[in-house]
Amino acid sequence: MASWTDMTFVLVVVIDLVLLASSRLGASIRVVALQGALLSLLALLLASPSHELGHVILVAGGALAIKAIFIPWLMFRAMREAAIRREVEPLIGYVPSLLLGGAGVALAFAFSRGLPLPTPEMHSFLVPTALATVWTGLLLVVSRKKAVSQVLGFLVLENGVFVFGLLLTGVMPVMVEAGVLLDLLAAVFVMGIVMFHINREFSSLDTDVLASLKD
Amino acid sequence: MVPFILLLILGLALAAFSWPDNRSRPFILLLGAAAHSAGMVALWLRPGPPLFGGYLFLDAAGRVVLSTTSALFFATSVYAQGYLRRRSDKDNRVFVAGLLGLLVALTVVGLAQHLGVLWVAIELTTLATAPLIYFNRNARSLEAAWKYLLVSSLGIALALLGTFFVALSGAGPEGPRSLLLSSLVEAGPSLSKPWVRAAFVFLLVGYGTKMGLAPLHSWKPDAYGEAPGILGALLAGAVTNVAFLALVRVFQVTRAAGEESFARDALVALGLLSMALAAVFMAGQRDFKRMLAYSSVEHMGILAVGLGLGGAAVSGAFYHVVNNGLAKGVLFLTAGNIHRVYGSKRVEDVRGAARRLPVSGPLFLAGFLAVTGTPPFSPFWSEFVILNGAFGSGRFVVGSLFLLFLAVVFVGMGATVLKVVQGDDEGAPERMGFGDSWLTAGPPLALLLAVLALGLWLPGPLEKLFKSAAALVAGS
Repeated sequence: MASWTDMTFVLVVVIDLVLLASSRLGASIRVVALQGALLSLLALLLASPSHELGHVILVAGGALAIKAIFIPWLMFRAMREAAIRREVEPLIGYVPSLLLGGAGVALAFAFSRGLPLPTPEMHSFLVPTALATVWTGLLLVVSRKKAVSQVLGFLVLENGVFVFGLLLTGVMPVMVEAGVLLDLLAAVFVMGIVMFHINREFSSLDTDVLASLKD
Repeated sequence: MVPFILLLILGLALAAFSWPDNRSRPFILLLGAAAHSAGMVALWLRPGPPLFGGYLFLDAAGRVVLSTTSALFFATSVYAQGYLRRRSDKDNRVFVAGLLGLLVALTVVGLAQHLGVLWVAIELTTLATAPLIYFNRNARSLEAAWKYLLVSSLGIALALLGTFFVALSGAGPEGPRSLLLSSLVEAGPSLSKPWVRAAFVFLLVGYGTKMGLAPLHSWKPDAYGEAPGILGALLAGAVTNVAFLALVRVFQVTRAAGEESFARDALVALGLLSMALAAVFMAGQRDFKRMLAYSSVEHMGILAVGLGLGGAAVSGAFYHVVNNGLAKGVLFLTAGNIHRVYGSKRVEDVRGAARRLPVSGPLFLAGFLAVTGTPPFSPFWSEFVILNGAFGSGRFVVGSLFLLFLAVVFVGMGATVLKVVQGDDEGAPERMGFGDSWLTAGPPLALLLAVLALGLWLPGPLEKLFKSAAALVAGS
């Protein structure tokens, strides 16, 4: 069982790096969807008998439905309407952002060694995976120019937070975890509407045209 | 009673969303504001018990912030009656419903005694305000809304991670296993210290983004510059104030866990940085609404410094929450009036506002004097208390820098404000039908009188309230 969990964590981090190097938006959305599916698998793999079954199924099912199916579908729709295919000229090039991402993974492992886990039975890969994914998300949001890429970066960041949240399945009230999924949904939904308006206003989803406000 | 009022306002928001008539819809906003203020008065007369197993409770700190929010929201919703009538060409369905939704979210933040509920409510304030920035339906307001949504969402995601860290710090065998403030504070020293420290960093960044502390303020000038004056007033006077309250909650936990000195240093450093950066960007600012955004950055810095200094300065910070909220209302509402009548917010186009708007023009000037801490207005006293706290506890460098930045801001902001208010309005662009009226000039006037009255005489119960709010984070 442990090797399967290890493998899943490694895959989540590999996806982070793939996203940093990828310029094709369609492929990126698919990869983010795959990451969402892996998270839902993790929720099942990390469940221990002490957790309530209904709660575990809710979290895993919710992650699968929202992160792996609904939001990618929404993103594909936005992409089709805007008729864009790839990210052009990110602010930080692909190779430098890969290097930064790799450095982030290394730092995440170093940093999480200093943090004691109050529940040592949980997997030791969890914290570094979560931190590396959060870092990748931040990097994607600040370095990409297309609105779709920025939202994808935000989703990756939320995925990282979700991984960390799995550590707390036994501690946190249900309400808060439900709130996580719902808020994510609402945020992306609002972002989707705004993207639609950006598209109509400028006939492009390039946030470069959103640069008239400065000092 | 509290859940009833919250449900009532939520119902009014839904009603506003489905109300067919654009002209009469703003009245629903006034109903919601009146219900909220009535509830607030009732809570002053007879404090309520904790609700939902202690998840919601109005303590002293929440009372300071929520009373300010209620007063400011009422004033802006009166103003909205005049403002939205003049702008009846724009559909205000989303605007009115969103403002009422925002009021509910703000109230829940004020009441929240649970870090998870607090986080959800702060997130809701972002979702409720982002579409409202796009009220003018043009490219510039869309850009501002997009930046606001993206930057705030990043901040809120990091704050969620910080909240998870807090939960983990209490997950040990002896831990509270709950995010209720009271159990976290009680468990204090048994919380895992490295996690509390990491949590404070992430929550400071997350809620600091929402407050607009430098260097996390990048959304502020754009959002305040493009949003209608009503929303600017509520963002600068209410949303940022409740984000400060969220930081106070986090500080309560950090302090109980014995990591106080580290947190204080971080707050003072970020606060002074915000004041310095505001001072730099305010000098020579050509857009008077963006100038107000930097003034908001400055005042959030003052609040952070006050909280970080501890001791006597903390009650000054809570006093300043009230003063900042009311004074920002004066400035943004009058700035909105000036913007409307000139059709521009650039200093090159706008001059002689005191002649053209005999009430709003002088009020804008008085609001500037109030917010920069000129006596006898109340911000002078709250800034004085914070300064006194700095010198009294031997923090001479912090106190001197605080004073220096206040002076630079006064000069920089004064130059822009005087250009707008003084001079001859002959030849400046003009739009008809946007002169001062009771509904658009009355609310800022009332807010300014409140700021003046609080400066001349601080009622005993209020002074006691600031002291007991400060006792939550600085000992008695």
